[in-house]
Amino acid sequence: MTRETAVPLHEMISGAKEEILTEWIKNQLSDKSRSKGVPEASLRNSSSEFIRLFEEAITKGNVDDIEKPEWEEMRHMLAELSATRASQGSTPSDTAKFIFSLKEPLFARLTPEKGQGNTEASAAVWQLSLLLDKLGLYTAETFQRTREAIIRRQQKEMLEMSTPVIKVWDGVVAVPLIGTLDSARTQIVMETLLQKIVDTGSRIAILDITGVPTVDTQTAQHLMKTVSATRLMGAECIISGIRPQIAQTIVHLGIDINDIVTKATMADAIKEALARGGWSFERHLESV
Amino acid sequence: MAVKSQEERSIANEDDILDVRNSVKRVTALLNFSLVNQTKIISAASELARNTLEHGKGGKSIIQLVTEPERIGIRLIFEDTGPGIPDLARALEDGYSTGRGMGLGLGGAKRLMDDFDIESKENEGTRVTVTKWTEKN
Ligand SMILES: Nc1ncnc2c1ncn2[C@@H]1O[C@H](COP(=O)(O)OP(=O)(O)O)[C@@H](O)[C@H]1O
Ligand SMILES: [Mg+2]
Repeated sequence: MTRETAVPLHEMISGAKEEILTEWIKNQLSDKSRSKGVPEASLRNSSSEFIRLFEEAITKGNVDDIEKPEWEEMRHMLAELSATRASQGSTPSDTAKFIFSLKEPLFARLTPEKGQGNTEASAAVWQLSLLLDKLGLYTAETFQRTREAIIRRQQKEMLEMSTPVIKVWDGVVAVPLIGTLDSARTQIVMETLLQKIVDTGSRIAILDITGVPTVDTQTAQHLMKTVSATRLMGAECIISGIRPQIAQTIVHLGIDINDIVTKATMADAIKEALARGGWSFERHLESV
Repeated sequence: MAVKSQEERSIANEDDILDVRNSVKRVTALLNFSLVNQTKIISAASELARNTLEHGKGGKSIIQLVTEPERIGIRLIFEDTGPGIPDLARALEDGYSTGRGMGLGLGGAKRLMDDFDIESKENEGTRVTVTKWTEKN
């Protein structure tokens, strides 16, 4: 795609730069679906920065391949913009729209009246359109990656938070598992749990998986490993917080958890644990 | 069947499996799958992505939104250029694993999804394609 236009693209644009910028910003500000998280000043800033880098890059003659060094500064700027906007809570489409919305004011300057022949103008529009699509796509992709990085970091932080093993009653400890149960996490859970069992002389440990988003065969393996280790310590495990959709998925996967005591909720598990410990309770309504 | 949109992701490490799961989750929610079906699809994706990483030595996943006149669905393709599977029937058996897994991933994914297709060639690689459908609303 290296169709030549008689008048270089950058010359067609540089004359009308200010006009294009003003109109572009005006359009963006009047867009009702615009994310309110992006302050006007930063929108103005990014827009003029974009135009500046855009002109600079196309002046060097490459209007096809944004992976080339001429576009490096632009890519850098867009990556930063994506990152900022991701943390400002913009949507990916919002962020891509930033670039796509430049088409209208830009193409308005490339009409034949501006001294261009008809074919020249439409070739230029075509070329610029493809170019802006690429830049828009690049921005949306970077945005997505930034957001994933944020999510991953948060997930990691969550995993790294110490695993609380709670003594809920004499002889009963409980762990509310939150997040993905990978090998590293299982190891931490197991060590903390076994230590607590020893320290408290507990006979029952409750593993609550309400906060585990996905259960697959690996997660199941990790849970079973924890259960076996607990048994080796002379304690029994109860797994609670198995939501109905997780229960169904476990069955479809063909995982056999028949020799593990499971309860729907942590409350049920505690009740069971207490009953096994010989505790019984009565409610005295007159004292409520 | 028409492919409405698709998203490609490489599977090179454990984090990538999380990303695949998150993308799949996003698409299933978009398609209004029931919570049970969302969970099933995500678990199937998790199994197959892990196979791509662990047995296939890494590869990629393609998440597609597909449509037919009466229904709409999510199609997941997992591809690698790894060692391949010499005996497909055996690999699909519950409990069969050449690693330290439970050997339930392939069979499980098949049960969790509506359509299941696997192609594999020794020393060339493996491609697993699964689809789950929902009625158009
Ligand atoms: N992508 C793949 N590449 C090569 N071999 C595979 C692949 N996926 C599955 N297999 C083979 O099929 C077997 C069964 O897979 P699966 O049911 O997921 O069980 P598991 O992963 O627990 O071993 C694996 O142990 C492996 O030998
Ligand atoms: Mg597997």
